[in-house]
Amino acid sequence: MDIIIILQAGVASGTVLLFATLGGIFNERSGVMNLGLEGMMLIGAMTAFSTTVKTGNPWLGLILAMIAGGLLSQIHAFITITLQADQVVSGLALTFLGTGISLVLGEGLSKAGVISLLPVITIPLLSEIPFIGRIFFYNQSILVFLGYAMVPLCWWFINKTRPGLHLRAVGEYPAAADALGINVYRVRYFYVFIGGLFAGLAGATISLAISPGWFSELTTAGQGWIAIGLVIFSQWDPFRAMFGSYVFGALRRLILDIQGPAILFGMANPFYYNPYYGFFLQMLPYAFTIIVLVIGSKEAVKKRLGTPAALGIPYIRGQRGV
Amino acid sequence: MNQSTETLVKENVIEMRGITKRFPGVLANDHVDFDLRSGEIHALLGENGAGKSTLMNILAGLYKPDSGNILIHGKSVAFASPKDAIGAGIGMIHQHFMLVPSQTVTENILLGLNEPRFIMNLKMYDQNIVELGEKYGLPVDPKAKIWQLSVGEQQRVEILKMLYRGAEILIMDEPTAVLAPQEIEILFNTLHNMVGLGKSVIFISHKLHEVEQISDRLTVLRKGTVTAQGIEAKGVTRADLARLMVGRDIIFSLEKKPCNPGKPVIQVENVHCLNDKGLNSVNGVSFEVRSGEIVGIAGVAGNGQKELADVLTGLRKCSQGKIIIQGDDIANRNAKAGIRHGVSHIPEDRTHIGTAPNLSVTDNVIMKNYTKKPISKGWMLDTPSAEIYARELKDVYDIIVPSIDTPVRLLSGGNLQRVILAREISSEPTFLVAMQPTRGLDVGAIEGVQKLLLLQRDAGAAILLISEELEELISLSDRILVIYEGEIMGEVFDGNIDEIGLMMTGTRQNQLLKSGEIHEI
Ligand SMILES: Nc1ncnc2c1ncn2[C@@H]1O[C@H](COP(=O)(O)OP(=O)(O)OP(=O)(O)O)[C@@H](O)[C@H]1O
Ligand SMILES: [Mg+2]
Repeated sequence: MDIIIILQAGVASGTVLLFATLGGIFNERSGVMNLGLEGMMLIGAMTAFSTTVKTGNPWLGLILAMIAGGLLSQIHAFITITLQADQVVSGLALTFLGTGISLVLGEGLSKAGVISLLPVITIPLLSEIPFIGRIFFYNQSILVFLGYAMVPLCWWFINKTRPGLHLRAVGEYPAAADALGINVYRVRYFYVFIGGLFAGLAGATISLAISPGWFSELTTAGQGWIAIGLVIFSQWDPFRAMFGSYVFGALRRLILDIQGPAILFGMANPFYYNPYYGFFLQMLPYAFTIIVLVIGSKEAVKKRLGTPAALGIPYIRGQRGV
Repeated sequence: MNQSTETLVKENVIEMRGITKRFPGVLANDHVDFDLRSGEIHALLGENGAGKSTLMNILAGLYKPDSGNILIHGKSVAFASPKDAIGAGIGMIHQHFMLVPSQTVTENILLGLNEPRFIMNLKMYDQNIVELGEKYGLPVDPKAKIWQLSVGEQQRVEILKMLYRGAEILIMDEPTAVLAPQEIEILFNTLHNMVGLGKSVIFISHKLHEVEQISDRLTVLRKGTVTAQGIEAKGVTRADLARLMVGRDIIFSLEKKPCNPGKPVIQVENVHCLNDKGLNSVNGVSFEVRSGEIVGIAGVAGNGQKELADVLTGLRKCSQGKIIIQGDDIANRNAKAGIRHGVSHIPEDRTHIGTAPNLSVTDNVIMKNYTKKPISKGWMLDTPSAEIYARELKDVYDIIVPSIDTPVRLLSGGNLQRVILAREISSEPTFLVAMQPTRGLDVGAIEGVQKLLLLQRDAGAAILLISEELEELISLSDRILVIYEGEIMGEVFDGNIDEIGLMMTGTRQNQLLKSGEIHEI
């Protein structure tokens, strides 16, 4: 149990959550909730791994994973935007669909053996900074660094650019955006697609970098659901998403590590002697998600931040009321 | 007048010919003709549900007409979307503002434009917008978020949004319904300014004196058809207009029986409460309302009226004070505690608090008495008797709706208000809180609502009428309390407008008495 190692691993596995959460932020900002994250991540993880097995090129795997996530998301887009069906139901169905497809296509992949992974890098000077350097800049996958770059980039895109302005308007008040000639449907399709790309990237991050391999549905192990909680916790803000993702990443690692030593803080470690307690620990991230959601939404009400006003509501031009 | 100015004045910028639009169960526009000349203010009048907003939504590209055509500067156009209409120089300011609350003024104005291309350099555009505002006399703070602005300011942003897009024709759907009297004056000045700069304005309103004051010509719709097309506004009387709109004569002066108050029904003692932002908004209000009287509350919007109404009807907690109805303190209990004592509420917000938009007319009218026989059958609802009841109310209160199963979100503003009135008044309240009960209603409907309120008073209900329309307050109320920053400034019995006006801006009655501005009666 070394705190630096836990935090370092937290940042690494938090990167998976970060990508998925960023994707969720984009599609929810446009007003579409997508509970299919878990399914899209699985498809991404499977596509990335099997492509790399076949071609030996993890970069190709990464790109195909993103495309696969993006394509899967368009089913959800069609059902909720064009057919105006319930977003919750469609999202859940998407998870089942994504899980099913990836299990069928991923059959046998778990025995594929070792593949070439994405590079791991250490940044020369930055990694020397005490504490911080080891956690963030030492021996991390290149995707972790991509995560660092993505966060400010996404924030800037959402808050400081014209497409970002349109994105926010469509999620807050689609009728107003429509009245000014913004194509609400097109914007929503596009950001659901972006959400899919990110989910695919998150999946690839697992299978090509953070915990390489294909372990059927255990590859993602419910991280898609945690990311859905994080989207709300982040109040749709990339920087808060980053913080939340790393905290949850570290929590995941802590739960593994805490079961390791026989002696903990000078006492017999109950988690070591009672393996069943491990199940209780594994439950913690989900309990934590619920707590975070409760706290997060209270705060959102107070600060008037938060939920895109049109989240979950299909847009129909000229519809009265709602 | 010489030939050239004659043709200049008469040039039609817009002609709508034979516009027909049908919604499920209603013919909203039936072969409507309408034209607009350049440089005029053209009023569009009609009862609630007459089809005014529909016609204008067609002109603004939001709805497609079933038949008919639109000519702009003599050329036929077909708008596929609002963008096309804006491109043709038509800007509409809707009954409900189309502004994104979480974004700034500048962001709202730039929304949907091709310029800036990618990076929003807001500083530069902030400056442009301030300048545009100065040109038309529309001051705004470009950095403010929309939710921080008053309704009047939001409207300015809406106008600027259209002017920024180079709109030549401005459609304003009931722009004055939500404004305070001073704000209305400012708006009218702006409109005159704009017409002076060569723009044309279509102005929808239910307030006939405004129409007389501001418009050059007017068009009247009744139940989807035109009853007067482009007649000169000069020389038309209010009575004429009312007849054209409603198809019968309207009595403008109310017949009011002398007030004959009984025992106090409600006693409010030193009530304090907070508003939604957590600031003090009602600060120690005390009064009583007796059975058989109407007590008016006058004040500029946002001085605690809404919060007071909420507290009295159990929708908001009070931090201090007592609310005693029939000897029972209902402060900080829930709405049901009040309803048991016969409290009725006509809220300002019709679509969120007053009704459940997606439920049918039937469901909305039985919401208060579904627990009573015959609609309640133990744990079950007796649908046939609920429907009989709804049909009865529909007839008595003249609710115009295709069927009692129609979701109320499809109703026009006036009809929605009638649904609320039907529910609240048919429960024979002992105490009725009515907030802006005639806002957005047509003359016929206003007459109806006012009569209903007086009837309730004569039947012995205690009524608290909260309104920003002084004229209405004075004609209906038996006495008027003036509220300012959550405190009662004084009480007026004789409807002295000047005295009310001074108190509305924060002078206490006893100060007025001291300074000799008014004299004790
Ligand atoms: N989107 C819609 N779907 C169904 N019915 C509609 C829709 N819009 C309007 N209607 C109906 O069409 C009729 C005309 O409505 P419209 O809103 O044009 O009236 P209005 O003259 O603007 O009334 P108000 O003064 O109350 O605003 C009403 O009966 C209304 O219920
Ligand atoms: Mg209307």
